[in-house]
Amino acid sequence: MDVSSMQATATTRQEPLLSIKGLKTHFATRAGVVKAVDGVDIELGRGEILGLVGESGSGKSITGFSILGLIDPPGRIVDGSIEYDGLDLVSMGEEPRRQLRGNDIAMIFQDPSMTLNPVLRIDTQLIETVQAHAEVSTAEARQRARDALVQVGIPSPDERLKAYPYELSGGMRQRIAIAIALINKPKLIIADEPTTALDVSIQGQIIYEVKQLCRKTGTALIWITHDLAVVAGLADRISVMYAGRIVETGITADVIERPLHPYTQGLIDSVPSHSTRGRRLHQIKGMTPSLLNLPQGCAFRDRCERATPECLVAPEPTLLPGGKSVRCWNPAL
Amino acid sequence: MPVFIINRLFQALGVILVMSVLVFVGLYLIGDPTSMLVSPEATEIERQALRKALGLDQSIWVQYLTFLENAVQGDFGRSFLTGQPALQLIIERMPATVELVIVAMTFSVLVGVPLGILAGLRPKAPSSKAIMTGSILGFSLPNFWIGLMLIMLFAVYLGVLPASARGETVSVGPVALSILTVDGWQHLALPALTLGLAKAALMIRVTRAATREVLPMDYIKFARAKGLRPSRILNVHLLKNILIPIITVAGLEFGQAIAFAVVTESVFSWPGMGKLLIDSIITLDRPVVVAYLIMMVFFLVILNLVVDILYMAIDPSAREKVRD
Ligand SMILES: Nc1ncnc2c1ncn2[C@@H]1O[C@H](COP(=O)(O)OP(=O)(O)OP(=O)(O)O)[C@@H](O)[C@H]1O
Ligand code: SF4
Ligand SMILES: [Mg+2]
Repeated sequence: MDVSSMQATATTRQEPLLSIKGLKTHFATRAGVVKAVDGVDIELGRGEILGLVGESGSGKSITGFSILGLIDPPGRIVDGSIEYDGLDLVSMGEEPRRQLRGNDIAMIFQDPSMTLNPVLRIDTQLIETVQAHAEVSTAEARQRARDALVQVGIPSPDERLKAYPYELSGGMRQRIAIAIALINKPKLIIADEPTTALDVSIQGQIIYEVKQLCRKTGTALIWITHDLAVVAGLADRISVMYAGRIVETGITADVIERPLHPYTQGLIDSVPSHSTRGRRLHQIKGMTPSLLNLPQGCAFRDRCERATPECLVAPEPTLLPGGKSVRCWNPAL
Repeated sequence: MPVFIINRLFQALGVILVMSVLVFVGLYLIGDPTSMLVSPEATEIERQALRKALGLDQSIWVQYLTFLENAVQGDFGRSFLTGQPALQLIIERMPATVELVIVAMTFSVLVGVPLGILAGLRPKAPSSKAIMTGSILGFSLPNFWIGLMLIMLFAVYLGVLPASARGETVSVGPVALSILTVDGWQHLALPALTLGLAKAALMIRVTRAATREVLPMDYIKFARAKGLRPSRILNVHLLKNILIPIITVAGLEFGQAIAFAVVTESVFSWPGMGKLLIDSIITLDRPVVVAYLIMMVFFLVILNLVVDILYMAIDPSAREKVRD
């Protein structure tokens, strides 16, 4: 455990910036109720970086959108609480929530090709983000826009400000989306797989820069990804998500070196790394189940090698020493 | 850019050639215009003389070539009926039509776009369903029927608005306008409403469809995630994107209405070009019909260019495509 993550854990213990308890976000569809998020607990300290890991469809994005209050019908937060800096985000009115969005809590989306409005210039899209939250002259807002572009390492920012999205590469667009997220100096950024659509070298660069920026400004970060390897070098703590639930949470090093949940173990075994070199990569057996057709009890049961009869009853999260938590009847303790 | 304009003009010339042949042959087959012009008891000799004077004694192809030769020099012939130059007849009638259509289209955009957005924002709300039902009605009821109903209601039953003609006009240079007098507006109201309701029905559908398409886009969600006010998201992020289909359809409809406001103008005896066209077809006044259709092709081509230019003003990536 390195010093920074120990500090981070220490702050977490004090007063969390974000505290999600028992969050359930369901979609009432014609085919049935899709329980996209079905019991998520997340606690995040100021300036802390959390990696939210899970395969496609596990509910990571919906968790992020739930925090921002951006769930549209037929989706609805049906249960649980989201507390941000002492404020209850679930019951909060729309206008106070708007004031938090993009100002206190910012989000970077998964696909940079469509997050910027195609008919508006880059400067417009940055300036409006400033002016939505502060009474600032356009000249002043433009200056902040320019600074934000410089901050995320965009060359010749003055030219970029005048450009339209279609004139920019995917990597450049995502940097601009990051600049938009940073521009009002939020306390929390939710980054929803912002690098998956980009090529590997740009990916690494952006992850490194975002980490530096968050550390420098003390911004807390939730980095959503399906790739455990991505967050290994980035996050203080990791939460692993499966079928709408967090199945394991812990300090990054702990989770990676001593995973407790069979699903986390499966994820780690399927990541190519020095410790597994020479061994055959292990794939989790079976397919990601449909959320409409989950097995009874533990959702991972029919893919789990350690399943026992108890697993027919859904396990609750068990808190363990060291800030760990696992949702499994037979964890690898 | 000039290349694409030149291409369009050549296409227009092609269309004009084909169309003028069709109109020539078509009207030739329908009947003999001189029978409309001379009294029934005229002698065959008188008829022959008239045919000769109008050039109708020649074969259809000679007539056509003569027409082409003159048209190239800007002479579209004279009306069989009145002897006035066909072009002049049409241009005299133009302000009435343009005025009617501009008022009708403005109405349709001002009514149709906001209602379309409302219906698109909340597709399941009862108000949206009411809007869409209204739109389907306006769309499927025949124009002349709407016109007649409006006449029944406002002119006959309530007696508050006149049902025909143009009313008092004011001349601005060579152009006579109704929109400058109260009486003119009263005469304009019913025909403009008739035409405008049908167009508004269409604008509602187009706007609603565009709104439904843009709303689920990531950039709208991102705009919300930035904490923008709902008014800004609506008036800038949504509106600027739906404007592209709206302008396309409004432009095309505007052209359609100018060229073929025939039904509305007939119902209300509105002395515009549509009325002229229908009268000329009935009297087999070929020079007027041909000149009219040629002018309309030119007009529609130019209108399309204008729409394209507006397009470029809104959609930045369209600008790029033209530059390449
Ligand atoms: N509008 C919706 N209606 C019905 N189901 C939905 C809706 N939006 C999301 N879902 C379902 O919720 C589940 C979780 O979706 P989510 O986008 O959070 O997954 P994710 O973990 O972010 O996956 P990915 O890695 O592919 O982005 C998915 O199974 C999806 O089908
Ligand atoms: S609860 Fe049972 S089935 Fe679920 S992961 Fe643990 S051992 Fe496997
Ligand atoms: Mg996602």
